Amino acid sequence: MTQEEVKHIALLARIGLSDEEVTKYGKDLSTVLAWFEQLVEADTSQVAPIGHITGRSDVARTDRVVQAAREVRDGIVADFPEQKGGYLKVRSVF
Amino acid sequence: MIRDLHEQLKSQDISAVELAQRSFQTIDEKEGEIQAFLDVRREQALREAQAVDLKIMRGETIDLLAGIPGALKDNMCVAGERTTAGSKILDNYVAPYDASVVERLRGVDAVIVGKTNMDEFAMGSSTENSAYQRTKNPVDTECVPGGSSGGSAAAVAADMAVWALGSDTGGSIRQPASFCGLVGLKPTYGRVSRSGLLAMASSLDQIGPLTKTVEDAAIVFSRIAGFDRMDATTAELPGKPFEDFLDVDLRGKKIGIPREYFSESLDKEVRAVAMEALERFKSLGVSVEEISLPHAAFSLPVYYIIMPAEVSSNLARFDGIKYGLRINDEQDRMANTGRLLETYLDSRAYGLGAEVKRRIMLGTYTLSAGYYDAYYQKAQKVRQLIRQDFERAYETVDFIFSPTAPETAFKFGAKTDDPLTMYLSDIYTVTANLAGVPAVSFPIGTIEKNGKALPTGGQLQGKWFDEEGILALAHQYERLA
Repeated sequence: MTQEEVKHIALLARIGLSDEEVTKYGKDLSTVLAWFEQLVEADTSQVAPIGHITGRSDVARTDRVVQAAREVRDGIVADFPEQKGGYLKVRSVF
Repeated sequence: MIRDLHEQLKSQDISAVELAQRSFQTIDEKEGEIQAFLDVRREQALREAQAVDLKIMRGETIDLLAGIPGALKDNMCVAGERTTAGSKILDNYVAPYDASVVERLRGVDAVIVGKTNMDEFAMGSSTENSAYQRTKNPVDTECVPGGSSGGSAAAVAADMAVWALGSDTGGSIRQPASFCGLVGLKPTYGRVSRSGLLAMASSLDQIGPLTKTVEDAAIVFSRIAGFDRMDATTAELPGKPFEDFLDVDLRGKKIGIPREYFSESLDKEVRAVAMEALERFKSLGVSVEEISLPHAAFSLPVYYIIMPAEVSSNLARFDGIKYGLRINDEQDRMANTGRLLETYLDSRAYGLGAEVKRRIMLGTYTLSAGYYDAYYQKAQKVRQLIRQDFERAYETVDFIFSPTAPETAFKFGAKTDDPLTMYLSDIYTVTANLAGVPAVSFPIGTIEKNGKALPTGGQLQGKWFDEEGILALAHQYERLA
């Protein structure tokens, strides 16, 4: 992987990297990606990819509101890194 | 062990509070060296124990697991308490609700003595990737306890808890069980609810017990298994007390030995112990035959594509916005990027460890435009072939046996330089997660290393939802030994 590719992937993954890390991860990821090459030997022309492993599909449940307990709501708000009047505070996008 | 303690509780030879205190006393003696726990719940556990003692005094019936001290891997939510998953990004995270397994354990009055150390977000095979501490293997403290449920394994092996829960995505219950001389069960995918388990790879993760005996594993497993409306992947199968079905007649059953697992490259001593175990199985009236899992060789690369892809998606939530660590750098260090973007980049840069970042980036890469077909899609197809290997094998045999790990516990730092070396530790365990089948690891012998007898585990994989079969066979084997 080139340094540019590593930087691009890191940005997609929203991970800030130092220049040192870009070099290190470039090397690590290249090794692992090369190791994946062996999968070309598996003939997959006749198989469908796995969905749910034991075959459950289209699991649905009634669409109704379940009220969370007060402590659960308060717990979620207490975990906000910053809050104002019970609302989650975030930085501006632009 | 649990059954004996239960009888002592019922006859009031010992109280639940005394049992909890016994755990804390052992923790006080050994934890300084072992470092199995991220949090010890002294007050809460004593309250839970008092409630059990009250029931006993009132003559109420109590569950087998009531009052028996256990521990939880720190990726399971306990309402109102810190849950870190071994990561700095969740250092200040307090779970607002109980995981479904925790609700069930509360329902039977189990006592939880603490939350155990783990590789960060369960990524690792030695617990060295914890952002907090290095857990030692109680059998040989120069060695790792295995991982990622290394804290849970060490807590039980050092008698700080009678049982513990771990989570297993590619071997994270079974390999530490093997390294610490314990029993570890990874249930069939969909047997145990993942609600409230901090997700690593959603199509592979399962919660299961680590214990000293097979019966104890069955007791704990029975109490956490079953359909849960909070996890749409759980199976709608009736539960049962698996501990009551351990003595079923197994004569005439067949164990398959995959030739791919016993290749020339397998460590000679591990092979010798596994071969001895096979001879013992025969004395139970079980026959042994060679089988083939032709796609087994692809398991590791398939696993290391699917797992990081799911990791990349699941861990996107740790972004410094809704909970966990948020880094707000008031100086706009990257002038051309938005301020919000900077919060993401910095929070994840500081909050996540090296292996976690590596896997997120690997998954982001394989899922990114242009690569999906070549990696993720291809891997899910080979996974289908792996599953078909198991279907074919189970037409002729009932169980599949192998070593749990290709080695005994290794020393600290032995595999930290090269990620691929660490990944190879999972060679015998990842297939069960990929195929979704249940698998149990149990002690089959020891190997002398540097003057210490290090335990090694055998792994029995069973048919989908046949935990009963693998537990019964492992239990009857344990009786022989």
